[in-house]
Amino acid sequence: MALNETDLSLPPVEEVREEMLKLYPSKTRRKREKQIIVNDPDSPKEIGANTRTVPGIITQRGCTYAGCKGVVIGPIGDVLHLTHGPIGCGYYSWLSRRNLTRARDFSHGKEKGINYLQYCLSTDMTENEIVYGGEKKLEAAIEEAWNEFKPKAMVIYATCPVGLIGDDIHAVARRMKEKLGINIVALSCEGYRGVSQSAGHHIANNKVFTDMVGLDDTKPTGRYNINILGEYNIGGDAWEIHRIFDLVGINIVGVLSGAVSYDQICNCHTADLNVVMCHRSINYMAEMMETKYGIPWFKINFIGADSTAKSLRKIAKYFGDKGLIDRVEEVIAAEMIDVRATLEKVKPITSGKRVALFVGGSRAHHYQDLFGEMEMKVVSAGYEFAHRDDYEGRSVLPNIKVDADSRNIEELEIEPDPVRYNARLSEERKRQFADEGFAFKDYEGMMREMNKETLVIDDISHHELEKLIETYKPAVIGSGIKDKYIVEKMGVPCKQLHSYDYGGPYAGFKGAINFFEEIARMVSSPVWSYVTAPWDQPASPDNGTSSSKPVAEGL
Amino acid sequence: MSEVDAASIHGAVRPEGNNHCPFTRGASPHATQNACKMCTPLGAALAFAGVEGCLSILHGSQGCATYIRRYLISHFREPMDIASSSFSEEDAIFGGGRNLKIGLDNVCAAYHPLLVGVATTCLAETIGEDVPQILREYRESRDNETIPQIVHVSTASYSGDHWDGFHKTVRALVEQLAFEPVGVATETPSINLFGGMLSCEDLRYLKRSCEEVGIKAHLIPDYSETLDGGSWSAYRRIPDGGTPSASIVGSSASMASITLGALSSIHPESAGAFLHRRFAVPHLSMPLPMGIEDTDRFLSQLAFLARGDVRPWHPDTSVLFLNPETESERSRLIDSYVDGHKYVAGKRVAVFADPDLLAGLGAFLSETGLVPVLLATGSKVANTGPLVRRIASSDGSVPVLLTGVDHALIADRCRELRPDLIIGNSKGYPIARELGVPLVRCGMPIHDRIGAQRVLHLGYSGAQRLYDQIVNTLLEHRQDGSETGFSYL
Repeated sequence: MALNETDLSLPPVEEVREEMLKLYPSKTRRKREKQIIVNDPDSPKEIGANTRTVPGIITQRGCTYAGCKGVVIGPIGDVLHLTHGPIGCGYYSWLSRRNLTRARDFSHGKEKGINYLQYCLSTDMTENEIVYGGEKKLEAAIEEAWNEFKPKAMVIYATCPVGLIGDDIHAVARRMKEKLGINIVALSCEGYRGVSQSAGHHIANNKVFTDMVGLDDTKPTGRYNINILGEYNIGGDAWEIHRIFDLVGINIVGVLSGAVSYDQICNCHTADLNVVMCHRSINYMAEMMETKYGIPWFKINFIGADSTAKSLRKIAKYFGDKGLIDRVEEVIAAEMIDVRATLEKVKPITSGKRVALFVGGSRAHHYQDLFGEMEMKVVSAGYEFAHRDDYEGRSVLPNIKVDADSRNIEELEIEPDPVRYNARLSEERKRQFADEGFAFKDYEGMMREMNKETLVIDDISHHELEKLIETYKPAVIGSGIKDKYIVEKMGVPCKQLHSYDYGGPYAGFKGAINFFEEIARMVSSPVWSYVTAPWDQPASPDNGTSSSKPVAEGL
Repeated sequence: MSEVDAASIHGAVRPEGNNHCPFTRGASPHATQNACKMCTPLGAALAFAGVEGCLSILHGSQGCATYIRRYLISHFREPMDIASSSFSEEDAIFGGGRNLKIGLDNVCAAYHPLLVGVATTCLAETIGEDVPQILREYRESRDNETIPQIVHVSTASYSGDHWDGFHKTVRALVEQLAFEPVGVATETPSINLFGGMLSCEDLRYLKRSCEEVGIKAHLIPDYSETLDGGSWSAYRRIPDGGTPSASIVGSSASMASITLGALSSIHPESAGAFLHRRFAVPHLSMPLPMGIEDTDRFLSQLAFLARGDVRPWHPDTSVLFLNPETESERSRLIDSYVDGHKYVAGKRVAVFADPDLLAGLGAFLSETGLVPVLLATGSKVANTGPLVRRIASSDGSVPVLLTGVDHALIADRCRELRPDLIIGNSKGYPIARELGVPLVRCGMPIHDRIGAQRVLHLGYSGAQRLYDQIVNTLLEHRQDGSETGFSYL
């Protein structure tokens, strides 16, 4: 149903869109017109995603390095991460994304376990290296790190100046790999290489695939063996997913790349199924693993209790074992008791309230499920750095124009592995699945699941956000830290969906409960009623006195 | 008073054998491990945020603006907009002049800034962008239009750190905006006050102190409102507050400049030194007013200036004069030092901070009987004398002084020195946790507590707040660890 049909107080959505656009100089307007779309779920319009950021528009997007180190490879806790460059990049990516690992434990006088994520290593380049080259310093830094930590593997990340001065980090990695006898992976992820962090995801996928996946052929021990791709353990999400999979008896061989060990990644090509959480950041890996090793993949979502249940059922159905299918139902039934009880508590607070989400390359979609379970209405959503397929679905993939920026990123030519390729599904089984409507390589995108006449906004600007808040007065906005305080200054609670503020997990069943409670707490907090001083309140027509109703409560 | 030769200590490691940590560092590390400094353009963005109506553009790849924004936001918990000229690979090869001009157009159209601050990143500096030339072209192409003032600063992160970037930017603001004074000033004589990288509460303290003695001060920069503001009834493209650019323009006509900070104030390239050289504005240098003695000095100097006397104040030349309210504050502080002395005397403290704050904390701690055993900063400091100017301990011991170090070296020294307390920013948490000692948070960044922007370090009231917090933290730690669970102290 169209949004204005359910809520007559709202202005026509085209008007809202025009309000957002009319301020821009004509060139900027033409670009933004393609990125602000009035949604039609039945036939999503083409959106201008993954295009260059307009200089001077204050974007929420990050850089290639951020996508590579910060998102995809950074969470691997037992490899040593070394940033080659001046100090800022390493410093700002040091534990600032909450991909959790267990804290170092010194309780018995000696450190237990390995967690290198508390360390931020950088070559801290100075003028000398910019002028004369930084390879020597990099080499010395690798050797020093080896002497000190003796890691299983190291990853080296290039920052902007590295590519410009021509340091051959790959040659350094090769030399040091030979010398030290450990795996050393170098990534050319200079910040300027792509239009956003998305370029960094692709570069990271390529390297993890060529330099880590497939190094250890040991057969997994579980009865059902899967990988979870695109799950980064923000706020402990991966731990909750592990808990559920332990309950149903499915063995997770590897996660890319939250709460995972290097050894698990090297061995993850032995799994029988890849399920994909964050389509944007990891779909490359799923495709390459299917081509090379014959592992099929499909999209799942563990954000939302119903979505988790649906995803578990699909995985069980894939394996087709009655025992597993039954066990999954038992676990869902048991877990849903608490979920339902919490929903009953929060719905009176959340039901019917409006919400908007601007985050990530998948999260703005996934979190709609959680808000939906609380009966909140999504009025607008958009990604920061996603591509057209994340909005419109994978069916548009053949029609996406490859521009110069995307061409800069290597597209690996993958062949089936002559020895290890093993099609997990026979042609006959595939046909059966197809007949039953069981989809592989599937992602329908966000737009098909959003209501008609909602606004889809790619890479939203502050100005557009301001108009959106004015018009829709959402009860809560899901976004990131760069918007958070603007939204909250205007009296609307903002939940960070990149890093979860201090909270989490929000995945799985227990995560859903956490999220419901968190949103209810935020929306019903008394602080919002003080945002506008009594003498600044608009006079209420009913009784002529000023109203101090909280913004959120007024909806 | 003691002075420690930092060069002989830098890079030293504790002897092997009794090492609690499995890792030890080489004698002169090549990699920086857990840096104790941020990058140069971050300092520039922070300084620009303290100018009224100013929006900054970082000339380079957009990640720099995004990372720096998110970092400053997590400290101040306030909106913080920084634009970027968003280089693509092509621009990195052919130059980003076009991007910068488009960026300026868009920033002007959407934000209507009064001033635009352009700071360069590593990328722009590495390819040798000529920003002054690009800006000249931009101004010429907009000849008939009104465009905001534009101030640029060169801030490659491979030369210097956030602290350098901040001070370079303050200097650039003054150098590029201050004009030869015209006519005779008729208003109340004003002073320039260069406070440095302080908390918002510190900046408010400085303004209040000047107001109390009737001095009109141009505090440059002043982000006390822009980065610690109230709720908004409507969206503001650029937050209210900041030093008006007229104050910077007029800084050449002030009766004197004061630069605070043991090291910043004696830097030959400071904004105050520039104004002295170019416009003969008398320049007064002094440490941050932290603890009793240095606050005495600051307030006495202000009292001097209020009488029109621009000579540097010296304890031998004048009797301190304070208004009754401030005098009571000072008196209460000393009374609290007395109340708490038995809890803190001889307690060993490791401190790490930016250079000026480090010197100030060292001086303050030495007044209270706490013993600084380690003073560390990530910044490279050529002249370390001012850092330890007022360090004294009852037993005559001298603290270890580390400059230009990272947190791994600081942690090594902490393991060896076994402090009872660590004072520093949030990055001290891992070593505090490992050693089981409390961390009192000061400076920047503080991203695991709220209220970083309201931490008052300066003045008698700042010393009072810090002192109470330190004593109570030590008491709480002892209480929590006690077998008796005593509660009557």
